[in-house]
Amino acid sequence: MNPVELSLQNCIKCNICVTACPVAAVTDLFPGPKYEGPQAARFRGSDQPMPDSSVDYCSGCRVCNMVCPTGVKIAEINAKARGGMVAAGAVSARQRLRNNLLARSADLGRLAQPVAPIANAILNNRLVRIVTESVLGIAREAPLPSFSRLRFSKWFHGRPKTVSAKRQVVFFHGCSTEYYEPRVGQAAVAVLEANGIEVIVPPQGCCGLPLLSNGEFDAARDYHASNISSLLAYAKQGIPIIGTSTSCTLTLKEEAPELLDYYGEDAQLLAAHTYDFHEYLLELLEQGELLMPRRPIPLTLAYHAPCQYRAHRIGRPSLEIMGLIPELNIIESQAACCGIAGTYGYKREKYQIGMDVGRPLFEFVNSVGGSVAVCDSETCRWQITHATGIETVHPVELLAAAYGYTGCDRVEKAIAGS
Amino acid sequence: MRTIQTEVLIVGGGATGTGVARDCAMRGFKTVLVESRDLAHGTTGRYHGLLHSGGRYVVKDPKAAAECIEENRILRRIMPHCLEDTGGFFVVTPYDDPEFVPKFLEGCRHAEVPVETVPIAEMLRQEPLLNKEISHCFRVPDGSADSFMATELNAESSRQYGASILNYHHVMNLIRRGDQVVGALCHDLVQDEQVAIYADLTVNAAGAWAGKIAATADILVKLLPGKGTMVAISHRAVNTVINRCKMPSDGDIIVPIHTVSVLGTTDVQVTDPDHFAIEPWEVQLMLDEADKLIPGASEMRILRAWAGVRPLFQETVTTDSRDVTRAYALLDHAPRDGVDGVITITGGKWTTYRMMAEATTDKVCQKLDSPRPCRTHLESLPGAERGYHHLGARLKRLEEERSYGQLVCECELVTIEDVHHSISEGNARTVDDIRRDVRLGMGPCQGGFCTYRAVGILHEVKKLENSASNAALRDFLRERWKGLRPILWGRQLKQARLDELIFLNLLNVEQLPGPPATRLQPTMYDEPSTTGGSAAPSEREEAGK
Ligand SMILES: Cc1cc2nc3c(=O)[nH]c(=O)nc-3n(C[C@H](O)[C@H](O)[C@H](O)COP(=O)(O)OP(=O)(O)OC[C@H]3O[C@@H](n4cnc5c(N)ncnc54)[C@H](O)[C@@H]3O)c2cc1C
Ligand code: SF4
Ligand code: SF4
Repeated sequence: MNPVELSLQNCIKCNICVTACPVAAVTDLFPGPKYEGPQAARFRGSDQPMPDSSVDYCSGCRVCNMVCPTGVKIAEINAKARGGMVAAGAVSARQRLRNNLLARSADLGRLAQPVAPIANAILNNRLVRIVTESVLGIAREAPLPSFSRLRFSKWFHGRPKTVSAKRQVVFFHGCSTEYYEPRVGQAAVAVLEANGIEVIVPPQGCCGLPLLSNGEFDAARDYHASNISSLLAYAKQGIPIIGTSTSCTLTLKEEAPELLDYYGEDAQLLAAHTYDFHEYLLELLEQGELLMPRRPIPLTLAYHAPCQYRAHRIGRPSLEIMGLIPELNIIESQAACCGIAGTYGYKREKYQIGMDVGRPLFEFVNSVGGSVAVCDSETCRWQITHATGIETVHPVELLAAAYGYTGCDRVEKAIAGS
Repeated sequence: MRTIQTEVLIVGGGATGTGVARDCAMRGFKTVLVESRDLAHGTTGRYHGLLHSGGRYVVKDPKAAAECIEENRILRRIMPHCLEDTGGFFVVTPYDDPEFVPKFLEGCRHAEVPVETVPIAEMLRQEPLLNKEISHCFRVPDGSADSFMATELNAESSRQYGASILNYHHVMNLIRRGDQVVGALCHDLVQDEQVAIYADLTVNAAGAWAGKIAATADILVKLLPGKGTMVAISHRAVNTVINRCKMPSDGDIIVPIHTVSVLGTTDVQVTDPDHFAIEPWEVQLMLDEADKLIPGASEMRILRAWAGVRPLFQETVTTDSRDVTRAYALLDHAPRDGVDGVITITGGKWTTYRMMAEATTDKVCQKLDSPRPCRTHLESLPGAERGYHHLGARLKRLEEERSYGQLVCECELVTIEDVHHSISEGNARTVDDIRRDVRLGMGPCQGGFCTYRAVGILHEVKKLENSASNAALRDFLRERWKGLRPILWGRQLKQARLDELIFLNLLNVEQLPGPPATRLQPTMYDEPSTTGGSAAPSEREEAGK
């Protein structure tokens, strides 16, 4: 039995997870983490039919894992059950097509980026959205991101190479930086290079999380295996692999090995060398090696630590690093989840659930106001902007600006407006 | 005092008694069955859960093996819904002598138990947790069986054929007039009154208690109760019955049944079927043996331990009254002891209960001089059209009904409707009766969250006094907690602590008004006679962290 399955034995039925689950709180379609996780798992055997489609309403936000006092890996039990349903053919072909379209951000990006303006125009067309909703089940209101004309890795390799013998890191950019928001990657590179660190961007694929959370385990396995083979050499040399996307790094660290039963040495080594961007900076800070930001950012901003980030169980490194920025006043949200949960909130049957889940967060962001809000995860940023109309940035964009980098338009605009 | 007149009176509401009741009623005899407690309160409700293929006995007791496979086929036909078609493996571990294999295969051939060799790779694919060092694996048609349901359905079918099934009727003594037993004097525990039941023929089907019943009519039936202890792992570690391929001995089987895997069993002689304890060494032995089949099994969460008593019959007189060729004892006390009007049926296995009931009812026909043919092997039990039970069935039902908001017992997925049904249709009087009907309280939390809910429903439906409801709550908790004491370590200890806080601290169950217990309180086990021994697994678990 793997650690995920073994953990179901720990449940003492205390219901703490049930009271914390943001999805169970807003819909009766989802019976809740205890029910779907440790409880239903006792009724799912390898040779049994998978009868419980309600598990698909788990958003995978991992709030339950965080609060469980006995360490049940509830979200993973649910994800595996969903994987089992997909493998058993219990999910309709149409739903799988929709899920795959949403989950294959890398393929989509590769196709659409060369024609970004046209692709964006099509995707933002109301009529097109109505059709995709009724044919594919992608909610018409959901915040699809815009393709960027600039591809991050192209930009990176097109610039003069900086070399440092002192420190090197591998930057795992993820699909969103690559295809939608290269500005986040650019800010990250600016921060790293300001600290005299050589940035390496090796060929890399999607981390596989969107596929994992849609139960498409076989496809995710291919991505994970190919990432292991391209990143392992660096891990073996002790070079950290860091990422600004909190869900990509979580997947490399934990999700992929646990859901795909990759407990081999290679996956473990890669996991051990993977860091969230600010987790890494915090280590530099503790070693007295982090450059102190000097440029004041006199703003009061709302910050939401995404569920995926909390699931790293590393505290709130972004909050600590942002705390170094002169005059910046960050107010942290206490909301559980923004509701988008990767691809979840894009699905027609789940869009409203996602919006309801995120309501406390949206209210918080609106109450703080400010010209931008701050969040580490891309889909959460899109959801926050969609629900509140407030533009959202990654914390690294603030740090880069505080180092004097002026490439972050949203931050510069906010400072100028203050 | 009430009196009842009948043709056949059956004492004992286990598998055997209800089986006899059904057979007698189907053959048209006016039938009454009395049971001290609830149906299946005896050994039938505390057994291992195995539908034998006969594989276990092919070398040691070929006759029993042949009976098992014959009945196995019949039960699959007449009560598939009480069975899970798990199949069974006989495996040779490094601890077993491979020399047994040819004897086993020869025995299977001889007893006509179908057997096929399973390649080790396939065995591990089907059951990945099994010991990788296993050298041989054979598949036989074992299964697992829900004896509560089977007993209940035999009773229901009996009722449909006109029998009356009286539970909570404790036989105080058989009524003897000269050389004739004419019935039994009972105590109705619910009404707290005496009931005299007169019968043309009394069938003593009281299992391990049959000696006690016979003794009340001065008949000597010498039974040595043999206690067997079982331990449940909190989930399905395997989905196939796993047997060690060797001479049957202690702790050599794992049975997947409903949501748990049951390890068992031991065989320890005790003096009294009502007073015995689960000893730490028994639990330890079960875990040690389980580790040989599933490395690490002893580290898994253990839910509880329980024990049942086998009646070991010892013949004290030499007559031809006993059907000596069989694995059970059917005694006609007229030729044997000079007392007419009563016969005793005891021993055997759950798997062969129907065959025993048939033999017993044949004897009833002979004694009452009214030969009528048996049909219990031809006619299915009510609901058989549902087919085999399978693990996911309850989850599937809940999902279809979307009734997950209606759960009373969350671990075993029991809904409010199920509990209501158990009380009004199944006539459950205690929470323990509800448990036997629907598995309430049998999952990981061992009643921590469902007990107070179930008592609430019982209170409402039965319109109980507050004090009576309080006592019903105490009755059940006492019963559940006794089965926890032998395995209180690790994860189940955390659970027990939470349950203790809920009931003793939050609800103050001990101090609530009302009597400490009721007459209907389930009788279970005594305190262990020794302590220590079972500390070992907890140390292991803690050290492993
Ligand atoms: C540990 C163990 C494990 C077993 N595992 C298996 C297995 O896996 N598969 C299998 O096929 N067989 C198994 N068996 C055997 C099987 O459980 C028994 O053969 C079968 O249950 C016996 O049923 P019974 O009705 O004869 O006895 P019981 O079920 O004991 O029924 C006798 C009934 O008589 C009642 N009674 C007693 N005194 C009185 C009284 N004074 N008045 C009224 N009623 C009274 C009792 O309450 C009891 O309910 C196992 C036995 C043991 C001990
Ligand atoms: S992962 Fe999130 S949505 Fe899923 S059960 Fe846990 S808390 Fe609820
Ligand atoms: S919080 Fe953990 S222990 Fe409590 S009910 Fe949920 S899964 Fe079980």
